[in-house]
Amino acid sequence: MDIRSKVIEIIADQAIVEPSDLSDDSTLESLGIDSLGLVESIFAIEEAFDVQIPFNANKPNESPFDISSVATIVKGIEKLIQDQA
Amino acid sequence: MKRVVITGAGTINSIGQDFLQTINSLKEGRCGISALKFKDVERLSIKIGGQIHHFQPERHFNRQQLSLYDRYTQLTLIAADEAITQSGLTFNGELAASTGVVLGTAGGGVSTWDDNYRAVYEEGKNRVHPFVVPKLMNNAAASHLSMKFNLKGPTFTVSSACASSNHAMAQAFQIVRSAQSPVMVTGGSESMLCFGGIKAWEGLRVMSQDACRPFSLNRNGMVQGEGAAIFVFEELEHAKRRGANVICEVKGFAMSSDAADIVNPSKHGAARAISYALKDAQVNVEDVGYINAHGTGTAANDKTECAAVADVFGHHADKIMISSTKSMHGHIIGGTGAVELIACILALRDGIIAPTIGYVEHDPECDLDVVPNEARDAKVKLAISNAFAFGGLNAVLVLKKV
Repeated sequence: MDIRSKVIEIIADQAIVEPSDLSDDSTLESLGIDSLGLVESIFAIEEAFDVQIPFNANKPNESPFDISSVATIVKGIEKLIQDQA
Repeated sequence: MKRVVITGAGTINSIGQDFLQTINSLKEGRCGISALKFKDVERLSIKIGGQIHHFQPERHFNRQQLSLYDRYTQLTLIAADEAITQSGLTFNGELAASTGVVLGTAGGGVSTWDDNYRAVYEEGKNRVHPFVVPKLMNNAAASHLSMKFNLKGPTFTVSSACASSNHAMAQAFQIVRSAQSPVMVTGGSESMLCFGGIKAWEGLRVMSQDACRPFSLNRNGMVQGEGAAIFVFEELEHAKRRGANVICEVKGFAMSSDAADIVNPSKHGAARAISYALKDAQVNVEDVGYINAHGTGTAANDKTECAAVADVFGHHADKIMISSTKSMHGHIIGGTGAVELIACILALRDGIIAPTIGYVEHDPECDLDVVPNEARDAKVKLAISNAFAFGGLNAVLVLKKV
């Protein structure tokens, strides 16, 4: 499964919606994912791609990993995987 | 000072999935101790316990709830649901603002610790689920209970090993008796039947490999159980005004510390807790008809407890019935006093004394009427419930028939 489909699957699961309801522009906020849901999503993404996402819930906006939308998450994961290689 | 009554009771444990089943099992002397079932049990030397089988958490809770509820929290919420439903109370406005939750637990989310240590140490994983901390903390059950039922008053958890829930219920009692709140939800919960939980207990060499036989000469140790029991404590006039069904009265309590040894019990510490509780309740020693014993089935506890009872009650000790229901549901550690309060309710409300099962042989050092093996009909006006914890911390409650 490609990165984008997997990310959509994880976020849809967290928001309890169908993956088909999500697009690149979908944000976690618009999907009603709260702060607990956010850290759970990060955990699920780390597990799925075996990466470490730099994220501090105290300063979410200063995180080098942009978690705001499907597109930015996919981009972030691609970079993390590239850096690992 | 206000009078305090119990208007709701709920439980889940190895001898009952609810209050009524538990009452019936106590009457029948049914044993809930069986072969333990969990990962790595074959590496333990202790393989029995009062485990709740046929419990399907996913039938009670959704996925999000399960990611936050350790088993001890799940058991708490199931028992609380029953107790609060039975009380007929709904919590809004003033009542919601003043009603709180005081629970006892010794270990909190032990299997959450165990599962996640296994993941990082044994399986070599480098991350754990983000909810591990809110899931394992000792106040998780009290907090989820308060959130679920909109209880916004004084809410906290008491942790004093095997006396946790008696200490907790004593606190809740004080809050209602002193008119801080007309209603409190209280009790306790424990679930440490997992590899790490039992492995730790094995180390102490106080566990039996075959059965819990309190007061019997051939007793050879305690058997651990799991479960929760929750009660609604309510101010008497408040209960009367709304025509609530009153189960029994909570009359008094006392706490004491042995200040002596971290594991060995003291007759004096136990006796002080019992006699101070009777003094606090302002009742006559001769009116006590039943004692729900701490009765762990260890050599040390049972003879010390009997000696303490003999000291406090003198000649009347021979007329008191004293039983240990741990012989049926096992030692539920921080939740044990709460589950055992149900045996006191059975005695006071229904006039039936739950037996000490597995009793084989008279021990001259436990020379009291321990209600061996079969329940007995008896009119009882007053009952007391003993809890004597590791660390020498004792808490005794006095209950009265209504």
